[in-house]
Amino acid sequence: MKKTALSLSVLAALALGTASAQTTIKIASISPLSGGQSNLGTQIRNGVQLAVNEYAAQFKKAGFNLQLVPYDDQADPATGTAAARKIAADNQILAVVGTLNSGVAIPASAALAPSNLVMVSPANTANQVTDRGLANMNRIVARDDSQGPAGANFITDTLKAKKVYVLNDKTAYGEGLAGEVEKALKAKGVTISGNEGTEEKSDFSSIVAKIKLTKPDAIYFGGIYNQIGVFIKQLRGAGIDTPVVGGDGLDSSELPVIIGKAGANNVYYTTVAAPLEALPAAKTFAANFQKTFNTPAQGFGAFGYDAAKVTLQGILDAARANGGKAPSRKQVLDTIRKGTYKGLLSGEVSFNSVGDRKAATLYVIKLTDGKAALETSLAVKPPKN
Amino acid sequence: MTVANPAKPAVRRPLVKPDRTVWLVLFFVVTSILLLVSHETDVMKNLGALGDVLRNKVVEALVVSLFLANVLFAYLWKAANWAKLLVGIGSLLFVLPLAGQADTSLLDLSIQIMIFAALALGLNIVVGLAGLLDLGYVAFFAVGAYTWSIFGSPRFSEVLKYYGANAGSTGSGTLVIGLVLTAVAAGSMLYIRGMHGRVAPTTLSNLSFLLAGFGLLSGIILVGRSILVLASGSAEALANGINPGFFWLFLALSVMTAALVGVLIGLPVLKLKGDYLAIITLGLGEVIRVLANNLGLYTAGSQGITPIASASVPWFNSLAGALGFRPEQYYLLFLYVLVLIVIAVILLVNVRLDNSRIGRAWIAIRDDEIAAQAMGVPLMQTKLIAFATGASFAGVMGMIFAAKQTFISPESFNLLQSITVLSMVVLGGMGSFSGVILGAAVVTLLNLRILPGLGEASANVSWIPQEVNPANFNRFIFGSILVAMMLLRPEGLLPNARRTRELHHEDDQEDESADGNASGLKAGGDVYSAGLATTKEDDKTGGDR
Amino acid sequence: MELSVLLPFIVNVIIGGLVLGFVYAIIALGYTMVYGVLQLINFAHSEVFITGAVVGFEVFRILQNSAMNGYLKLLIALVAAMIVSGLLNVLIERLAYRPLRGAPRLVPLITAIGVSLILQDTLRFLEGLQGRFDLTYTLPTGFADKFCATTSSCAPLGNFLRTIGVDVQLKDVILVIVALVSLGLLNYVVNRTRLGKAIRAVSQDRVTAGLMGIDSNLMISATFLIGGALGGVSGVLFGMKFGTINAYSGFDPGIIAFTAAVLGGIGSIPGAVLGGLLLGVIQNLIGVTNIFGNLLGLANLGTIDASYSKIGPFIVLVLILIFKPTGLLGKSNVEKV
Repeated sequence: MKKTALSLSVLAALALGTASAQTTIKIASISPLSGGQSNLGTQIRNGVQLAVNEYAAQFKKAGFNLQLVPYDDQADPATGTAAARKIAADNQILAVVGTLNSGVAIPASAALAPSNLVMVSPANTANQVTDRGLANMNRIVARDDSQGPAGANFITDTLKAKKVYVLNDKTAYGEGLAGEVEKALKAKGVTISGNEGTEEKSDFSSIVAKIKLTKPDAIYFGGIYNQIGVFIKQLRGAGIDTPVVGGDGLDSSELPVIIGKAGANNVYYTTVAAPLEALPAAKTFAANFQKTFNTPAQGFGAFGYDAAKVTLQGILDAARANGGKAPSRKQVLDTIRKGTYKGLLSGEVSFNSVGDRKAATLYVIKLTDGKAALETSLAVKPPKN
Repeated sequence: MTVANPAKPAVRRPLVKPDRTVWLVLFFVVTSILLLVSHETDVMKNLGALGDVLRNKVVEALVVSLFLANVLFAYLWKAANWAKLLVGIGSLLFVLPLAGQADTSLLDLSIQIMIFAALALGLNIVVGLAGLLDLGYVAFFAVGAYTWSIFGSPRFSEVLKYYGANAGSTGSGTLVIGLVLTAVAAGSMLYIRGMHGRVAPTTLSNLSFLLAGFGLLSGIILVGRSILVLASGSAEALANGINPGFFWLFLALSVMTAALVGVLIGLPVLKLKGDYLAIITLGLGEVIRVLANNLGLYTAGSQGITPIASASVPWFNSLAGALGFRPEQYYLLFLYVLVLIVIAVILLVNVRLDNSRIGRAWIAIRDDEIAAQAMGVPLMQTKLIAFATGASFAGVMGMIFAAKQTFISPESFNLLQSITVLSMVVLGGMGSFSGVILGAAVVTLLNLRILPGLGEASANVSWIPQEVNPANFNRFIFGSILVAMMLLRPEGLLPNARRTRELHHEDDQEDESADGNASGLKAGGDVYSAGLATTKEDDKTGGDR
Repeated sequence: MELSVLLPFIVNVIIGGLVLGFVYAIIALGYTMVYGVLQLINFAHSEVFITGAVVGFEVFRILQNSAMNGYLKLLIALVAAMIVSGLLNVLIERLAYRPLRGAPRLVPLITAIGVSLILQDTLRFLEGLQGRFDLTYTLPTGFADKFCATTSSCAPLGNFLRTIGVDVQLKDVILVIVALVSLGLLNYVVNRTRLGKAIRAVSQDRVTAGLMGIDSNLMISATFLIGGALGGVSGVLFGMKFGTINAYSGFDPGIIAFTAAVLGGIGSIPGAVLGGLLLGVIQNLIGVTNIFGNLLGLANLGTIDASYSKIGPFIVLVLILIFKPTGLLGKSNVEKV
């Protein structure tokens, strides 16, 4: 495996005969494509596919045949690790976009690290993902401990809340995020009137009753839109209009649909993806996505698209630096970590020494009558640069 | 169960099997070459069209499957012993590691197969031999995994730090009190038990036994707490977990912890029967997972524990290095060898148990509890041993799984995993050791190799829309295979001889394991109603009298 | 905390639990009826149930712009879901379980799990074709309003409920009424008709029932039809109550409902209802234990919150089965050798 991908791909091309003179470069995506989280995982896959479609022409011009190989991790760490090891063994694959769950990203990136295979994550916010200091792990989204305090600041500064009820979905994502929010709120002297996790997807009546009893000024819920939406619907149904704040897991056009138009008020979420009206590119992306996949783009689609664009631009840059020949995995890994990428849905991306974004803008989106609009934007930085 | 016609020949295979030594060796050589060549890119380029075919991901998955079938054929076919030995050792100890050198995923895959094989063997004891339907088996896997992960990772120093910061009044005095309490409580429990042997238990003595049990529990908690507090000073020293040398000790500890949890779970529920037991074990399995998710101090909750150490065996590493393995592969290769040894031990234990008194007692209980009891089989004890044995296999594999993954979180131990292991047992053939191992191999291969292979191969084929990419339908495909197998071959791929007899007897009328309430005539519904009852008159006959 | 705040709180929690319990109860009936005749845990029932919910979603979606009366839409949704789920259940029995009659019990159990997996992916695929994954009910206007908020005739009752701080939505009341009607109908069919008598006979002793001239296969099909239809009803009720479902959301409530069936004594119809209601309430009560923990000064109870409500039913099940090994209303049958 020490041989460069170049020689291998040349061999591959030779083996293919004269039918295709171009070198094939593949990127892989790892996300859940089946099971209960397949909606999110498919968004990621589709976002990556869209980016690959857009870059295919540029790659062709540079003499490469670009392909995407999507892998299904079934949201299971062991399956994800097996997929990662399989990817490592395929020498044509130069980069990986994935995963949805931190629980999969951590072992999968560790399995990819020895073969210098770069991984750009579109969704993992857990601190541990980059805190391990792997050279190959990068991410587009903001870490828990930068997104969490940003959410907490918004709650105290804009919403002026003195008493907050913190909820999470008992996954690595939701619990990690809610934990950071709680820590930041406590540091600001805000009362935490409740803090609990729930795996429940449909019946929230006991939590709603508790919220009614404790009367918080705001609610923070770390989790994914199709759980939180059902919760907000029941909350509003019980006549509670308290603002609900969440993280980028809420970034979905499905959210107001689930809550219902009447209740989709006073709901906020923080995300790195620019809202449609703030960025012309976002509009084009949404239209292309809808056209290609016959389903509207959600937040994870946008993150996947951005992660793939970073990856693909990195490969192109690495190829250019390599004199127009297919770069090695190590070259791709170094280029991506060092490069600066502009024009993305989430703004300018450049990574620090552990793979977190050096600076990012977190947009706070507010739902009013089911319409998402930009409320404010906050600049966030990872704790160490 | 009573076999109505014991003289009936049970073996369906031809009595004289052809000798297939030549075929076996040939098959071994061909698949080994295919496997090795398909992972050698240098050679592939010279193969032209053949290389092209071999590189196809579906073909690659098939090659891996065929290669693993070597071991199966060595077991099944009639061949000279030297050939069987050659194929078995050759494929598992030489060819597979060699191919794994080029493609690490093969090592990962083989370890995963053997982990599941051990789980299936353990569940086979509980379900296949003792007839206790356990739908929460993965709980024991989790217990084993967490036993090592907490200590073999930075988690342990976090726990120590917490106890150091929240020591309260706990100190060496507490340790003494705890030890005394434990000793006194344990002593009185023994005393009361001894007394129960002589005189009939009274309410008072039962209550005091309970009280002593409570005292024992509090004593153990006190001891544990004070040890943690006293050891909290060494939190810094243990920042990366305890010395990996303890791996071997924990191999034994994880077996014991899992067995202990098996007994603790088994005690209250094992007197239940059939599906009551099934749903309650399902529930307790979930309880363990939710506890792992909620007890954040010890398990890091949903965030998971990482990095988890593996044993460090310097001489093995240097040997692996000398053989051309890369440093990052050392621990996988080590775990591969370890898992081979463990599974050999487990298999040995299984075979020995099967031929022992306890094995016969299990089968007796499975076939008829009351009859077994009447014959003097102690029900509770026998069932508990089954539960504990099954649990211990899962425990040791949980630990190896944690070391392989270097990361564990509760999402690895959900209900679907229990169901997957159960389906491996039934798919392979309940009660048959070779069968359940085959079941584990087939399901794992399907999940980790064949379906992803299909997905890779069809990812960039223009006429296959991505919505119907077979890789996204693993549940559908797995479900279809389960249903088809159960309909066509309910006894499993490699059935136990006894099972086959049960399923394919036409004369034998009695089989309690087949149906619960309507005991006795098992095929009753089919035999009587369709033939004898006229559908038209049905309402009249069943109606008012 | 004063009683005046706590009382409506606990009433709300219990009402929420009961409404949830009715959904569980109807799902549990599907499990218990099939278990009664075949001694099989029909793992596919959770998908039969969610199929009903999907059918209900489709009906409401297609009718969302029609001016039809909301209750009529609900009726159409219920009937459509009953037909589809009922027939699906019969089909499953015919294709997957009947050929296995008389095989060891684990074999049809595994088949049921297989069918369940097949249905999950099939439902996801079918809805995915139209670009949908999460299916959100478009309920008729007014269903989500507070109970007796606008109708003048029952305004006093509504006002009373609001003054004491109890939240009941119109759809909760509809849910309970539909559930009660289905229970009444089921009770009538099982206890008062010949069909019911035949089903009971088959579930007691298939062989003897056969000797009495009852076509047990037909009765088993009828049981699956009724169980599936109940699954369809519960699916629509579930979707109506919680609003959003997907192809996989049947699994969790299915497990709890089966637990309810076992808790009540599997095979017993009143037992399933009792178990469902009990588990609904218990699940909610466990979710609010920490409020009382703080109240009573028991600090350790304070950690028991909604994160434990999922396992509450199982703990209760263990405790009850230890003392009553055949469930609350289950009959213990003497085993003979």
